[in-house]
Amino acid sequence: MKKFGSFVANNDLNFEVYKGEIFGFLGANGAGKTTAIRILCGLSKPTSGDIKVAGFDVYKETEKIKKNIGYMSQKFSLYEDLTIAENIELYGGIYGLSRKQIKIRTTELLDKLNMLENKNTLISELPLGWKQKLAFSVAMVHKPKIIFLDEPTGGVDPITRRQFWDLIYEASNEGITIFVTTHYMDEAEYCDRVSIMVDGRIDALDTPAKLKEKYQAKDMNEVFIKVARPDFYTMNND
Amino acid sequence: MIEINNISKSYKQVQALKNVSFNVNDNELFGVIGPDGAGKTTLFRILTTLLLSDSGTTRLNGYDPNKDYKKIREIIGYMPGRFSLYQDLSVEENLNFFATVFNTTIDENYDLIADIYKQIEPFKKRLAGRLSGGMKQKLALSCALIHKPEILILDEPTTGVDAVSRMEFWQMLKRLQEKNITILVSTPYMDEASLCDRVALIQNGEIMDINTPEGITKSFPDTLFAVNGKNKFKLMQDLRSFEQANSVFPFGEYVHFTSTNRDLKLDDLKNYLTNNGNEQVEVKIENPNIEDCFMNLMENEQ
Repeated sequence: MKKFGSFVANNDLNFEVYKGEIFGFLGANGAGKTTAIRILCGLSKPTSGDIKVAGFDVYKETEKIKKNIGYMSQKFSLYEDLTIAENIELYGGIYGLSRKQIKIRTTELLDKLNMLENKNTLISELPLGWKQKLAFSVAMVHKPKIIFLDEPTGGVDPITRRQFWDLIYEASNEGITIFVTTHYMDEAEYCDRVSIMVDGRIDALDTPAKLKEKYQAKDMNEVFIKVARPDFYTMNND
Repeated sequence: MIEINNISKSYKQVQALKNVSFNVNDNELFGVIGPDGAGKTTLFRILTTLLLSDSGTTRLNGYDPNKDYKKIREIIGYMPGRFSLYQDLSVEENLNFFATVFNTTIDENYDLIADIYKQIEPFKKRLAGRLSGGMKQKLALSCALIHKPEILILDEPTTGVDAVSRMEFWQMLKRLQEKNITILVSTPYMDEASLCDRVALIQNGEIMDINTPEGITKSFPDTLFAVNGKNKFKLMQDLRSFEQANSVFPFGEYVHFTSTNRDLKLDDLKNYLTNNGNEQVEVKIENPNIEDCFMNLMENEQ
């Protein structure tokens, strides 16, 4: 397996995320997820430690990192007053794609989403679920090696949420590495491996099955609570 | 008591609420469950006198939001979806401000908020804008309670909040309910429905079902199978191409499956999957939860 990057957290914890892996990145509010993601995306620098993303160094090669990753946040950055096709054109242009490439990618991406007929629709007229799927595709316009998804499914209906995971599985099947944060604990079960961050440290990292075994938990929700708030169960038995 | 009768509301071409009706009983913990854009916030804004409905009537403990808006603002506590406290005031200053606006003091109603406020009191000099998500939520709830409201209306208080803080928040609501407060709360998290006395499931401005959480799950029309296998991607594809497939949804560790054939046996499904080359196949009957029911109702509407 090709090594795609390693991320050193506190307490001598090293980990590597592999090509095509769906890696869940969980943590309580304020645990440091956003800081970690900003570092991995080349937007801020760590104080110490070695990190490589897509083979590039987070201290010196941030521009190369940015060309090889895609990023989608919950507050996705599609332009509401542009059409679907115009948004793809804009982001394709920013990533240096040629007019011809943009045209091909637009058809490819929209065909996959069944949105070809709607390509001249304004973003502001789309339902939330459509916007989220589209934002995911736009973040992949330049065929990145790694894509970071920061709470991509917040607030959408349960069916659309699952359709979004179909897109994630598909991308992973094509060899794209997925790095995803979520507050839906059932989604943690869909990941190949999951890390749980507590107070800036990674306190747990393994496959969902092994985590459930280790913490003797019936589901990932229980694992999360036991890791993020070890005193929770004892506290409520008082 | 909250009475909602045939409320409709449109924004230009979008009909946000279509003939919504339900009652919330005194001292009930009532949940409105649905995704973004379902109409939850519009409904709550109408109830809290911030928006007028196009048609229909509402009453909050007998008062009409159209006429008695001043009275309603006295008897309700409202926590909007967006954090709307003063970011440049401290924790204590925010609470003091809201107490003063409602002609009361922190001391007078401290009992009501003590349970919640104690958790953020060590940070009372900190600016509200510098609090973590969970602490902001606790401050907002304290501010909504400081005038001792009869009815508490909370718009998505747990959105974007981690699983532990969400559980803590619901425990706080349960304790408030014991203090004789009627609570109407909305959430996009289906798993929170089971913590309410009754829930309304809402989608595209329409109520799909209203019942106790048990009542809703009991009315699930099909047998629900939970299926697992070594390669989940293949498992799901095979389930989808099964000719008797009705619905196939990933659900945590398992895939939830319903069939168009009411007499489908556990072993029939297992054999089909094994014959198609799935390994380590596990099939069992599962009790449906609110999310299963929500998806089932959504598919029926379409």
